[in-house]
Amino acid sequence: MRYHVRHETSYAYSGDVVHSHQLLHLTPRESVYQSCVSHDVAIEPAPAYRAADSDAFGNTVTRLEFDRPHRRLDVAAEMTVDITQRPTCSEDSEPWERARSRFNYAARPPAEGLLEATRYRFESPYVRIKQRFTDYGDSCFEAGKPLLKCAESLMLKLYEEMTYAPGETSIGTPLLEVLKTKRGVCQDFAHLMIACMRARGFPARYVSGYLRTTPPPGVARLIGADASHAWVAVYCPTGGWVEFDPTNGVKANTNHITLAWGRDFGDVSPLRGVIVGGGHHTLSVRVTVTPRSEDEADDDGEQT
Amino acid sequence: MQPSVTAPYSRSAGRYDELLATNGTIRPHWNPLIERLESAGAESARRGIELARRLIIENGVTYNVYADPQGRDRPWQLDTLPLIIPAAEWETIAAGVAQRARVLDALLGDLYGPQRLMSEGIVPPEIVFGHPNFLWPCRGVMPKDSRWLHLYAVDLARAPDGKWWVLGDRTQTPSGPGYALENRRIVSRVFPQLLDEMRVRSLTGFFVALREHLLSSVEDDEAPLAVVLTPGPFNETYFEHAYLARQLGLALVEGADLTVRGTTLYLKTFTGLRRVHAILRRLDDDFCDPAELRADSALGVPGLLQVVRAGRVVLANGLGSGVLESACWLGFMPPVAEWLLGESLLLPSVATWWCGERPALEHVITNIDRLVIKPAFPNQNFEPVFGSELDRAGKAEVIERLRGRPYAYVAQERMSLSQSPVWRGAQLAPRALGIRVYAIATPQGYKVLPGGLARIASDKEAEVLSNQRGGGSKDVWVLSSEDIETESDSRITPRRRARNEDLPSRLVENLYWMGRYAERCEAKARLMRATLVLDLRSDALKQGMATCVHFGLVTTNVSLSSSLFNTTSSTGLGADLRRLEWSATQARSRLSAEHWRAIGVLQRQYHDAASSRSDASETLDRLVLALTALSGFSLDDMTQDDGWRLLMLGRRLERVQFLTTLIARRLSVVTAPSRAELEWWLDISGSIVAYRTRYLEQPRLTSVLHLLLREPQNPRALAFQTRQIELLVGQLGAHGIQEDDCERAMEEVTDSDLGVLEGDGYPSVAARQAFAAKLTALAQTTNALSDRLSMRHFSHTERALQVMTV
Repeated sequence: MRYHVRHETSYAYSGDVVHSHQLLHLTPRESVYQSCVSHDVAIEPAPAYRAADSDAFGNTVTRLEFDRPHRRLDVAAEMTVDITQRPTCSEDSEPWERARSRFNYAARPPAEGLLEATRYRFESPYVRIKQRFTDYGDSCFEAGKPLLKCAESLMLKLYEEMTYAPGETSIGTPLLEVLKTKRGVCQDFAHLMIACMRARGFPARYVSGYLRTTPPPGVARLIGADASHAWVAVYCPTGGWVEFDPTNGVKANTNHITLAWGRDFGDVSPLRGVIVGGGHHTLSVRVTVTPRSEDEADDDGEQT
Repeated sequence: MQPSVTAPYSRSAGRYDELLATNGTIRPHWNPLIERLESAGAESARRGIELARRLIIENGVTYNVYADPQGRDRPWQLDTLPLIIPAAEWETIAAGVAQRARVLDALLGDLYGPQRLMSEGIVPPEIVFGHPNFLWPCRGVMPKDSRWLHLYAVDLARAPDGKWWVLGDRTQTPSGPGYALENRRIVSRVFPQLLDEMRVRSLTGFFVALREHLLSSVEDDEAPLAVVLTPGPFNETYFEHAYLARQLGLALVEGADLTVRGTTLYLKTFTGLRRVHAILRRLDDDFCDPAELRADSALGVPGLLQVVRAGRVVLANGLGSGVLESACWLGFMPPVAEWLLGESLLLPSVATWWCGERPALEHVITNIDRLVIKPAFPNQNFEPVFGSELDRAGKAEVIERLRGRPYAYVAQERMSLSQSPVWRGAQLAPRALGIRVYAIATPQGYKVLPGGLARIASDKEAEVLSNQRGGGSKDVWVLSSEDIETESDSRITPRRRARNEDLPSRLVENLYWMGRYAERCEAKARLMRATLVLDLRSDALKQGMATCVHFGLVTTNVSLSSSLFNTTSSTGLGADLRRLEWSATQARSRLSAEHWRAIGVLQRQYHDAASSRSDASETLDRLVLALTALSGFSLDDMTQDDGWRLLMLGRRLERVQFLTTLIARRLSVVTAPSRAELEWWLDISGSIVAYRTRYLEQPRLTSVLHLLLREPQNPRALAFQTRQIELLVGQLGAHGIQEDDCERAMEEVTDSDLGVLEGDGYPSVAARQAFAAKLTALAQTTNALSDRLSMRHFSHTERALQVMTV
């Protein structure tokens, strides 16, 4: 499946921004199921400083600095990526209790991949760990149930009980508040699922990306398609990372285009900046995901 | 027989006693001090305590307590009796502390580098990745010379067997060395000569080495610039930040004073951007760079981490070093030291169990009664609890928490701290104590401060040592073994000042406002005093009250004396005194101890008078005197660099504003000023004596105006101010602004014929009003000059940072 994505972010400021630093996570991440054919980020005005390197989680990060007064900032990322099915992994993974015990410290070298996964097992700035999250996931973690089945139940529980409500939450809304109101956007769905997994002692990471906009014939339009999207990857010690999209109640598939992953939104926000001056601002974000026409016929719409 | 001063002091069971040996005799190294106390007597002891208390208040040594609703600052608590440590014993401590610093430094290098300790299973990943101060963006950063830990502090306590044990490490922004130095300064005044006689080791060399270390980070031929980065005056240890900056001769800066361009860090100085090579930071790790670390921090410097990555600034300590501040580490330190350096640790640490290990968790649950349970990470909402103090339900609740998230808790054995004498009245009483010891990196390895900060429990039973919770502090005297010490602490570090071009813009701005408020306070105090003493029948009274109303000193139906003590008015004298103190606080690193003390005394005089409702005239007399003394400090006690020039400009401009307003207001009224009013003017402007010396006649308008406006030899005259302004602006040189408007407006005033102003006829009235207009014009041009100064010199201090994410 080949996609073209255009992601435009524009800030208009009421006063001059005299100095600004911006951090971009807008380069699609390469993986076994995703390869980047081309990508480019156009920036207006021209930055005084621009450098790209890899962040601590292996994502490409672009750092910008602007030192001339400006009242607009336009960042347009364009990319073409090829996506294949994610490798499947047996749902009959080991029971969650046994899977969890693999993370116990035993004063000897941890198993392959475990240390890397452990990065995503603890509190992070936007995901605090509370007993309430453990309790919420209780019905999904029946004794002896395979870990990935538990994660799937949790995803479906969130999908069914949460209401997608754009504009009601912000990045500052505490997760416990989201748990109470059961309303939010993909970011909140993802953070909540991560919190429930980590509260039980499992690594879970936040995946930032996009979802295709044109639904296949006869299939309901997927929510979150006109903005950037976010979902969750859960680590299973015997099967590796498996991705769940609690906003849509599906496992990630060829409709999910990955930009970056981290512990939570804060590690991978597409655009993060600190400005001096600027007064008030208005922001507009436009995301357009276009499947390449020659490939569209192949799409089987399996996600429903 | 035991001497009387120690009579009420006794050993306690199960504790080591610093003063008394097991047989009850005084340990030999305490003898000279105790003998001194004996021979000096109780009265001398009281005087010493009183002296220390006064020095603390006057030097403004404070410790901010976050939860204190009474105000920002609480005086630092110092018990003047030192803790004395013999030379040989100190050698053991110092070697252990230096070794520990090396281990922790190497440990940070591994955690932010290859992470081999975790992949080998030596260190559990929970205590690293679970710690909020493990900063992922710092992974892979390689600081210059692979040095993470530049300034290190460790809390030690003495076990009943006499050995010193580690209670905890301070690796992020160790606080206290400045307090240690100030304690020494005060205690050496209380016991003059005794330090030399007992061969107490000097603290001076440590601070010199710290400064040299920071400045040695420069690779090229640039003049090196190092700064002390503070979160600002609301921080609990701000006193120390300012104090350290002054002692080290480094600029004290806040995040907004710094800016990153590309991969270079700059200080926004008075004269433009200057590269910064090293930072001694007192700002927490995650607050340092809002672009990459905590987004909600307005205190940091956006882009700082990128400069660190490029190896273009030295941060003392490295960003992310806070990850080692957790009790979980204590138990893992021996294998870590073994693995990293192949060494056995010289200093043991208090027995600690990290609950993330199954056997440890079970041990903790079984032995909870003799353990204290602590959070593993600083962001947990859990206060340390003593198992023995919990009831059955409380215990069950704690155990449930431990089982729920075991890796987030540690348990420690309760350690019986040693006890040492403190003053209770004029007699000695025992208190539990611990010491904080400091080390700095030098090319020859870690150098340990021969002394430190002893912290004492707040009462007899207390075992918790915390400045936040109201404990006190002591000086630590380390005795020297050889004749190696020649330095004396009586002349601690010669005060070095930052170079002119290193002046942060914000500091200069505050000096300017300090000048303006000092002058404003003085003018207002003089105005009130002169008005208060007016006779009720005086024809100057109406004008006097109207002027006080104009300057916001009084509201119409309240008396002048009760307005003086109105602390809620925003325009009253109390408010301006507060603003003076605030701007002085911001500029504290540039003020001498005496200068700063004078400002403190001023505040206290006002508040004491307000609370005791003292006589208004008397109070004003005292305030005028103190404010005049402040003016003397500005002239005689400051380096006359550009910062000082701005302070003096502030004073001069304020005086022009006040004087022109005072006179122009009156001259624009139809009637001519009466003799009483002229005398009132002379009183306000402190020129009565000058007038009498010069004119052997009753005040006349012409001669009074001449004296107040034109007389070149009267330092309070308008002409004197404008000439000084011209001079100061000129000295600001290429960086200043050419300013002729002021001169021209002054010429207008100077060239006017004063003779025509006297009399009641229409021409005189018109002449007075025209003259008033000229004075007003002069006031306006000086106002414009003030604005231009702000634009030219203070525009770097744009502070508002906004963080945005999408």
